[in-house]
Amino acid sequence: MAKDPGFLKYKRHNPTKVAPADRIRNFKEFEIPLNESGLANQAMRCMDCGIPFCHAAGCPLVNHIPDWNSMVYHAHWQKALALLHATNNFPEFTGRICPAPCEYACTLAIHDSPVTIRHLELQIVEKGWHAGWIKPQIIPNKTGKKIAVIGSGPSGLAAAQQLIRAGHAVVVFEKRDRIGGLLRYGVPDFKLDKAVIDRRLAQMEAEGVVFEPGVDVGRDISPRYLKRTYDAIVIATGTTVARDLAIPGRQLAGIHLAMDYLIQQNQINAGYVISPEQIITAKDKDVIVLGGGDTGSDCVGTAHRQGAKSIAQVEILPQPPGSRTLYNAWPAWPQILMTSSSHEEGCERLFGLSAKSFEGTDNVRQVTFARLEWTEPDKNGARTSREIAGSQFCLKADLVLLAFGFLHVEHGNLVHELGIVTDSRGNIVVDQHYVTSEAKFFATGDAVSGASLIVKAIYNGRQVAAAVDNFLSGS
Amino acid sequence: MIGNFGALNRANGELTASGLYDPALEHDSCGVGFIAKLDGVATHQIIRDSITVLVNLEHRGALGGDKSTGDGAGIMMQIPDTFLRQETADSGIVLPRVGDYAVGMLFLPANNSLAANCRNIFEKIVADEGCEIFGWRPVPVDPVSIGEQARKTMPAIEQVFIDRAKISAGAFERKLYVIRRLTEKQVAELPADTSQFYIVSLSVHRLVYKGLLTANQLPNFYPDLADERFISRFGVIHQRYSTNTLPTWNLAQPFRFIAHNGEINTLSGNINRMRTREFNLQSPLFGDDIEKIKPIIVGSGSDSAIFDNVLELLVLSGRSLPHAMMMMVPEAYGPKIQMSEDKRAFYDFHSSIMEPWDGPAAIVFCDERYLGGILDRNGLRPARYTITSDGLVVLASETGVLDIPPEKIIKRSRLSPGKMLLADFNQNRVVPDKEIKAKISRQKPYRRWIKDNIITLRGLFNPSSAPSENDEILLQKQHAFGYTAEELKMLISPMASRSQEPVGAMGNDTPLAILSDRPQLLFNYFKQRFAQVTNPPIDPLREELVMSLETFAGGEGNLLEETPENFRGFRFSHPVLTPDDLLRIEQANHPSIKVAYLDILFERNGGPQALEQALDNLFEAAAKCIADGATLLILTDRNINAGQVPVPSLLAVSGLHHFLVRQGLRNRASLIVDSGEVREVMHFTLLVGYGADAICPYLAFYTVRNLALNGLLEQDLKPEEAVDSYIIAVKKGFLKTMSRLGISTLHSFFAAQTFETIGISQEVIDRYFTDTINRLGGLDLADIRNEAVLRHSAGFPLTGNVRNLLDTGGEYSLRADGPRHGWNPSAIAKLQTATRADDYEIFKDYVRIVNESDATPPTIRKLLTFKARPPVPIDEVEPVESIQKRFAASAMSFGSISPEAHRTIAIAMNRLGARSNSGEGGEDPQRVTVLPNGDCANSKVKQVASGRFGVTPAYLISAEELQIKIAQGAKPGEGGQLPGHKVTDEIARVRNTTPGVTLISPPPHHDIYSIEDLSQLIFDLKCVNPTAKISVKLVSESGVGTIAAGVAKAKADLVLISGYEGGTGAAPLTSIKHTGIPWEIGLAETHQTLIFNKLRDKVRVQVDGQLKTGRDLAVAALLGAEEFGFATAILITLGCVMLRKCHLNSCAVGVATQDPRLRVNFQGRPEYIERFFRFLAQDFREVMSELGFRTVAEMVGRSDILAYQPPADSGKSAKFDLNPLINAMTNTTAVCGISRSEKVAAFDDELIRLTAPAVERKEPVALDLDIRNTYRTVGARLSGEIVKKYGAAGLPDDTIRINFRGSAGQSFGAFLAPGISLKIEGDTNDYLGKSMSGGRVVLVPPPNSAFAPHENVICGNVVLYGATGGEVFINGKAGERFAIRNSGALAVVEGIGSHGCEYMTGGVVVVIGSTGSNFAAGMSGGIAYIYDETQLFDTKCNLDMVDLESVWDKKDKLFLHSILEKHWRFTKSPHTRAILDKWDSNLPLFVKVIPIDYRKSLERMKLSEHTDVETVSATEEVFNG
Repeated sequence: MAKDPGFLKYKRHNPTKVAPADRIRNFKEFEIPLNESGLANQAMRCMDCGIPFCHAAGCPLVNHIPDWNSMVYHAHWQKALALLHATNNFPEFTGRICPAPCEYACTLAIHDSPVTIRHLELQIVEKGWHAGWIKPQIIPNKTGKKIAVIGSGPSGLAAAQQLIRAGHAVVVFEKRDRIGGLLRYGVPDFKLDKAVIDRRLAQMEAEGVVFEPGVDVGRDISPRYLKRTYDAIVIATGTTVARDLAIPGRQLAGIHLAMDYLIQQNQINAGYVISPEQIITAKDKDVIVLGGGDTGSDCVGTAHRQGAKSIAQVEILPQPPGSRTLYNAWPAWPQILMTSSSHEEGCERLFGLSAKSFEGTDNVRQVTFARLEWTEPDKNGARTSREIAGSQFCLKADLVLLAFGFLHVEHGNLVHELGIVTDSRGNIVVDQHYVTSEAKFFATGDAVSGASLIVKAIYNGRQVAAAVDNFLSGS
Repeated sequence: MIGNFGALNRANGELTASGLYDPALEHDSCGVGFIAKLDGVATHQIIRDSITVLVNLEHRGALGGDKSTGDGAGIMMQIPDTFLRQETADSGIVLPRVGDYAVGMLFLPANNSLAANCRNIFEKIVADEGCEIFGWRPVPVDPVSIGEQARKTMPAIEQVFIDRAKISAGAFERKLYVIRRLTEKQVAELPADTSQFYIVSLSVHRLVYKGLLTANQLPNFYPDLADERFISRFGVIHQRYSTNTLPTWNLAQPFRFIAHNGEINTLSGNINRMRTREFNLQSPLFGDDIEKIKPIIVGSGSDSAIFDNVLELLVLSGRSLPHAMMMMVPEAYGPKIQMSEDKRAFYDFHSSIMEPWDGPAAIVFCDERYLGGILDRNGLRPARYTITSDGLVVLASETGVLDIPPEKIIKRSRLSPGKMLLADFNQNRVVPDKEIKAKISRQKPYRRWIKDNIITLRGLFNPSSAPSENDEILLQKQHAFGYTAEELKMLISPMASRSQEPVGAMGNDTPLAILSDRPQLLFNYFKQRFAQVTNPPIDPLREELVMSLETFAGGEGNLLEETPENFRGFRFSHPVLTPDDLLRIEQANHPSIKVAYLDILFERNGGPQALEQALDNLFEAAAKCIADGATLLILTDRNINAGQVPVPSLLAVSGLHHFLVRQGLRNRASLIVDSGEVREVMHFTLLVGYGADAICPYLAFYTVRNLALNGLLEQDLKPEEAVDSYIIAVKKGFLKTMSRLGISTLHSFFAAQTFETIGISQEVIDRYFTDTINRLGGLDLADIRNEAVLRHSAGFPLTGNVRNLLDTGGEYSLRADGPRHGWNPSAIAKLQTATRADDYEIFKDYVRIVNESDATPPTIRKLLTFKARPPVPIDEVEPVESIQKRFAASAMSFGSISPEAHRTIAIAMNRLGARSNSGEGGEDPQRVTVLPNGDCANSKVKQVASGRFGVTPAYLISAEELQIKIAQGAKPGEGGQLPGHKVTDEIARVRNTTPGVTLISPPPHHDIYSIEDLSQLIFDLKCVNPTAKISVKLVSESGVGTIAAGVAKAKADLVLISGYEGGTGAAPLTSIKHTGIPWEIGLAETHQTLIFNKLRDKVRVQVDGQLKTGRDLAVAALLGAEEFGFATAILITLGCVMLRKCHLNSCAVGVATQDPRLRVNFQGRPEYIERFFRFLAQDFREVMSELGFRTVAEMVGRSDILAYQPPADSGKSAKFDLNPLINAMTNTTAVCGISRSEKVAAFDDELIRLTAPAVERKEPVALDLDIRNTYRTVGARLSGEIVKKYGAAGLPDDTIRINFRGSAGQSFGAFLAPGISLKIEGDTNDYLGKSMSGGRVVLVPPPNSAFAPHENVICGNVVLYGATGGEVFINGKAGERFAIRNSGALAVVEGIGSHGCEYMTGGVVVVIGSTGSNFAAGMSGGIAYIYDETQLFDTKCNLDMVDLESVWDKKDKLFLHSILEKHWRFTKSPHTRAILDKWDSNLPLFVKVIPIDYRKSLERMKLSEHTDVETVSATEEVFNG
């Protein structure tokens, strides 16, 4: 009766990582999993709260976190896996790259450290793969309906898997030559080994999903053709148009969009041959990453692995506080200074700086910045800035990577030809049933919401699948 | 009714149901007694004495809203032949000799022609039945002296004289019964309002005078009673206290055979079962007349009247009166009771044909030969008697009601539980209980009959088999019966792992079943009812010996006959059967056992009518099986398949039960349910409550087995062990459910329908759940079918693919894919941010989320909308500050929440001018001191709960309001337990207990078994703190309004209606989910009932239960509340995030934990609470402004401003109708409660005057005074004065010494303070030394009394309840529950009744004489020494928590000796002297009782005090222990 609860017996124990000096020698994943009893102890820290904020407020996928924690604690890994898969098609992706808002919403995070939810999730699914529990789920009774999914990022893949399991025929079109979208091309290998994707794609193929890489809808095949041929089409093309920075010197060589840089490294790792003149490398260079977000962080980690001489990451906003503020209270996503694994590997982090110009002859040589003075945020977190007069200074740079995020979905033929309506920010407009302005065309993921988290992409992929299924079974 | 609430609906003053007010839910209770002359010589003195007794019991009755109408008083006596003979002679009537004529006492309609009609009917029936009428005599009455309401409804009162004519003398009384029933039925059929017509008595022997009177009014109203010729050899008297103010003349007592003090808890079951028996009734004595008396039970009677109806039948059909009483009020005869085998067999045999009529009952009964009194098995009503040397017997609810010279008294005693006192006029003596019962038990060979005809299912003693089921099929069936993963984890696993009902915390915030957007089991539309105030719940754990789950299955015979075959069938020790048991039953191979299986399934594709059709088929098939001789019908849904959907088992069983009752077939067979649907305790209890004799929950068993095999239980158990454990949990659940209602045996619970429904259509109720309380409409049969089909399709989906996971659930913990919860993450986050940042805009976000968001569940308050009214500018609305005064923090003890949280709440509420509540468990006296910054952490409301922890005079006088907690929303009808590990030093200090020792709060207040007891406690509290307002906390259920009216009549200042949703403490999940109803319904009913009864202006009404926003407050005010209580919302501002872990002490945010490692996490601040209430009041003001109200006072009760629009889109909830909440009171301008300001007068006012030198200057004062039973609560106010002046330490010992002579009233020496010594020569009533904190009470018999003190009872029940200090010395015996919950007083007594030292936590008790059974039940602290001459004490002691030892330690010996010396010094007890004189030979006969945990704690404490000192060697202890 008077037993101590798990969180008083065990402290949070993070999985260890390969030391930075060692891990930057290659592009391999570097997290070292906890052993089984360690995992059970961590799972036991879960309080199984009356309101599990992790599940109901933190996780966009509404993963049943307390339930699978309990199953891990009881060593019912297979049941844990089933619970995990019930809300999440790809825990092995989210377990690696989700920023885990669930952990910030964990009730233990108020006064203690949260449960290691993300790591538990990852270990549940990895155990499932190793034990061979994750098998294709083949649906014998087919509905005879055909669905095209355009885009093979997490949202498109989740939609495809849900739809094939609802008994429909599904074809996934991908513009690039391999399936996986941002997962394959955007996320560095040291965060997500691409074999992890292939493993899941094999399952989906076995379930009957047909993958058509190298097909750019709107260029290679016409949207109208799709409309004629398929019972429903799901647009899951993401937001690939990156935000650029129009300041003097932008045309200089050595200034690249972050995504171009990251994709190329992933291609090299995958064995693509890139011509030397096209190669973007940080080796022996002074690197400046503009943009303080996750993509910026990925650039930092990649630059380390390429052998950069120095790396600075520059953020226009001021340095966030070390702890939560009154209006940024638990369980919301914390607006505090976060240190990513790439930062652990070393990097100068600069805040409150606005890039004014790039200087150099052919190649960029330096960047001029001005310091900004920011107002305190209002209760919605909004603030304004003012440049401090006379604060300009220069930083040396041979390679500048622009990681300012993404604007919206590509407004290419797919959108234009059909005249699919977009909103003021350029994202596709859908109704509550995920239907675009064009009948039979659904849209989901970043293409609708703008750039967001992988968990939201998967969630929306599942939602759109349910909407499509509903639409097809209703008609 | 509109606009005229003073109007009475019927001529007799009865109101018919209107709105939510339902007169059927009324209760009554009272004072009762009799006097008899054993020589049988009738005298007028008996009448005079009877009236004296009645008048001396007057304080046990009550007055109505007009302050002069009594609730009823009356007297039953012998027919005064001479008087009547002479009185009637003038009208030419010549009465034949005694015995040949009968006298009827009749209430006739006041309307003359109607009265004539009634008389005509009566005369005609008399003639038809072969008798003759001599004539009528108008009974002289004097209506001047009686109350206004009584006068308005006064009937014409006449006597009628009947000649037995050709009817034989032996059959005459029976014939009179037939005449009475026929007349009653025919008069009822008259088209006019004949509600005043009533036959008070109609007998050859007995005559009743009664009326809507007070005791004092009775003799004046009936001048006959003063006539010297009015003589009798006995008098039975009764004084009534009814919960409402419109009691009627007819319901005054005595009835024809009995007068009753108490309440029949089991009434609904008794009524329903009597109805089923009626068809089979046959009696050679009645012959064809039997049909004329049916129905046996007269519709509009009270519980006592109905009891009287059935007793009359039993007696007139040939059983003797004591025999019939033994059948109806059996004593406890379970295996733990020592009893003669023949008597046990008698009870055993009769239990198969008559269930107990249980309740806190003291019943006085009488026919021509016998006059007696009996107490029910729990013995909760007081009944004291005195026998004199000249052959007078006086029995009454109190002692001291008649002055008898002490030298004439040869015996003073009390009725003990289940026992009978019987005067036999044939033998002219008192027949002892043992003698009469032994004789009756042996009049037939009951023992042999039982052996021959009842098969005890032996399998129940074997380990239960755990049947297996293929995993996939199991999952499919779980889907099909709506199992959720949460149920497996939260309900079934704890039951199977720990044999316990699962426990949870923080109330219930999911929608009612009818408002839920997902299919619900039919069970979920029902709510358990529970006892509050008018009847006490039971502690099934500590008082287990009165409980029984035994049940019979088989056909039942004729009630009026006693034959061996009266019952033939199975006896189960409990109603849960395993599949193996079913098999055994099937193969029983007994001639009178014939089993038939009936499928309860309907066609999935059969259309909307399929369910109804299936039920009809079932009923028909069942009738046919019974016709073919089946005695056991097994209703099964095992044959479920893709096309066949299970009928909800409750619908099947209840529908069939009612069908069979209507067909007169119910008694011929038993119903066994074999269903996959049944898993929770609530399901089992509902099924039995609606007519299932036994239940086999096969799928639950498969599930338990599966959990065990998969290691998903909380510990490693074999499947068989887990199944056993699960069954034990269900059994405990049964006991708890019954206990909540105060029902002891399953026989009485069976088919009693002690539930109410929310969300079922009246049509379904009438047809399948006949007579269930149901008021707001809802599901029809098609909806029930739809929900069943939806569940079924989860198991048998059209696609053929069954999901591999069960639904997650989300009822108890929130799940995004489960039901919506009132507290969701965003509401909590907004509320916390708003109060921390002091930001009203964010608070309005919170308000929007709660009021409008789709994320929150629909509640009744949300469905009620406001009618548009012209708004008023917001600055004209009363200010925030004045609204805040209406706010109160609901009771939360600091055992349940952390000291930091408790203090923070108090400081905040005091800053606001609002009130915080100490909760149960006392409060640190230091908190009265104002802090340097001006804050004060003293709670203005101090709670008085059943445990009485920390209830001292100092505690009580530190309060502005004293709250009596009758029930709490999360677990009404239950007690509580603070486990030892939570009892920190601080808690122990404040509760006057020992750290580490478990503290138990009993389910009932042991001084409130009825409404007049509540009135007494209110009086007690008003004595000790005359300025405090008294509030009474009730929980919303149907009928709560009537109880509230009784509370108002008990002179409470405030009544709190708590909703079932609320509750921050730990409680069983069954209670959280399934007991109580939303506050909206209870509040509306309360307000309406108080208005109807003209009591609304006498009492303030507070409401609580998940109040969150200004809109909630507006709805509450319009429904009738003027004050508002909050708990959960406060805790959330302090950091609570609804972990719902309060019961585990592991609250991670430091709010609800005592663990210092977690308390450091507490970050709440008083400002947060202040802001919350400021914002809330502002939000409320905005609503008020919009609705055009300037003050809250104008809003109270204006339910005409509310409207109800059923939700348009949703199916089933559209049938829910909330109009009864708002229609009945249209347009009343309800008067807001004005607090009573008058200080109640008490005898102590005189004492305070007389002891002024002591009170003012500490000078010693000695007084000699007379006392009598009407002086109640003597010493309390004096103690309050002293403590106010000198603090808890009071005065030096013996500063005030008062010698009393006479019989003291209730609560003598209550709350006594140090420095007061009271001595009494005489005797005392109940509650002696209640909550005394110091001082001394010495009780001795009068110096010249004729009896041996240690053999006589001179002291009542429940002595020293909650005492924290002081000493009591009693030279005589005391009643039941001596020193209950004592935590510090020393007492010596010479013999006690049952349940001695129950729940005791400290202090010392010495009993130099016998004890009753169940001594030391729940005793967790303190020490008792028993002088045990028989050395059989261990058989009477409840050894669950205590060890018995001899007195061996030197210190112990000396201590005991010194106590006895002291006792002798104060009392001069001869018995004590004798013991002391031979101390060496008597000492070994003493047994020391010491609680196991207490000893450990003492040792621990000792050890920590002297870590280096060797105390007692362990070996020595082992040898002597």
